[in-house]
Amino acid sequence: MNDDNSMNRREFIISCSKALPFTAGFLLFPINATEMLLAQESGGYDPTQHDFAMGIDIHKCIGCARCADACKKENNVPLEPTFFRTWVERYIITTDGETRVDSPNGGIDGYPEISGNMEILRTFFVPKLCNHCANPPCVQVCPVGATFVTRDGVVLVDEKYCVGCRYCIQACPYGARYLHPEKMVADKCTFCYHRITKGLLPACVEVCPTQARIFGEVGLRSSPLRRFLRFNDIVVLKPSLNTKPKVYYAGTDGEVR
Amino acid sequence: MIIRIFTACGGGGDACLMKPKIPQQIISLSILFAVFISALFVARGFLVPKSFGKYGHYRADAADEVAAQPIQYAGYHACTECHSDIDEIKRLSNHKGLSCEVCHGAAAKHIEAPDEFIPTAPRERGYCPVCHGYNPSRPTGFPQILATQHNPGKPCMSCHDPHSPVTPRTPEDCSACHREIASEKSVSPHVTLACVRCHAVPQEHLMNPRLALPEKPASREFCGQCHAENADSPKEIPRIDLASHGDRYLCWDCHYPHYPEAR
Repeated sequence: MNDDNSMNRREFIISCSKALPFTAGFLLFPINATEMLLAQESGGYDPTQHDFAMGIDIHKCIGCARCADACKKENNVPLEPTFFRTWVERYIITTDGETRVDSPNGGIDGYPEISGNMEILRTFFVPKLCNHCANPPCVQVCPVGATFVTRDGVVLVDEKYCVGCRYCIQACPYGARYLHPEKMVADKCTFCYHRITKGLLPACVEVCPTQARIFGEVGLRSSPLRRFLRFNDIVVLKPSLNTKPKVYYAGTDGEVR
Repeated sequence: MIIRIFTACGGGGDACLMKPKIPQQIISLSILFAVFISALFVARGFLVPKSFGKYGHYRADAADEVAAQPIQYAGYHACTECHSDIDEIKRLSNHKGLSCEVCHGAAAKHIEAPDEFIPTAPRERGYCPVCHGYNPSRPTGFPQILATQHNPGKPCMSCHDPHSPVTPRTPEDCSACHREIASEKSVSPHVTLACVRCHAVPQEHLMNPRLALPEKPASREFCGQCHAENADSPKEIPRIDLASHGDRYLCWDCHYPHYPEAR
């Protein structure tokens, strides 16, 4: 190699080291700028500052299904009895160990009288909804990346991306999703994202007459949810699937799936 | 040294080392690659939404679109801003945990246009049993009634104020002892009649029921006060001609007054 080449190499390294601070600045700048921009865009709501979850106290649920009714009205869910973002199941456990679960029209029109000559051992209501898993199977299977977990811990569907392939409906172990018959996209509970981002409670929590549903932030010590988690024995549904649900149940029977 | 491999000089003379030559096909290919890669970046710039990747591998605007959905339920605090008078009663009652919109329905429109949209108030009997009808699956201790037996025909509001519901006291009057008659009467057209309308009850009867019996109507004319053709009573009450109807029988020989089946 000749002298010209070695000079060039030295010059190159020197100029590189001069450019380094600028490059580092350029790399760091967009992250801060994006965070700030987003905070401004959504009217002060910063999703990075929240972590939402829900608690459900089975002992308090009276099975009035006002939650399911309010959910349909708040979110324009089709009224047919096959489409629900939330619904209330009635569990009947008989003395011979059999478990029966029913939820006619999500419980909105009440439940039929317990018929037959079975002897009831235990019976109770269980409200169900999307568990907003921290490790959601529906997000994993979506072939177009239309469903995602937001920074504030809510699983949402991007209606513009969704192609209606129904993979997520199949994948959800909690049966929380349905295909919207008009939009032909997957639809599900959003924790009333349009309400919680404005500081309101989800519609189901708002109308629950016995406070069987508790909503709040996981990280905030003063939130009602945190108190609920402190004072109750909490289980999540199907923990063995490692979906890490964020709907916490208190007073739950082992038969609840 | 590496460049030398690509030179056209097979022998490796000094002239070749001084002027390394990139073959034509490499130049054309690299131009082609450059065009493709830049086209890829340009296309990506157009096709990938701007908000994609802001928070993760998704379109951040999608969350904002969900958040832009209109609100239907205004929330408890929105109601109490104007209706604080009712809230002051309700917040001390057994219904203190209830949001107004549980019974009155979604009322966000009422907040926007208070005069144009009036929320509903369920006054009919069917609504309260949605929560208070007996259901064995409900938690023990939650106040429940059997709607078919609990004063059927009467709207709940005639005894219970929904803004301040209180558990009704134990019956101190006739139904405390005459439970069967009271429940029969409760499903009859005579439900609105107080017992004392037909039975004069001496005060002593409450202390010594068997020693001081209430009076019973003794004549057909007593029923005729309401049911005679010329009686001074509301016109929807069924009428008969006392002179021709029933002949020598007393009214209660055929019509059981606590549940008159002939309607």
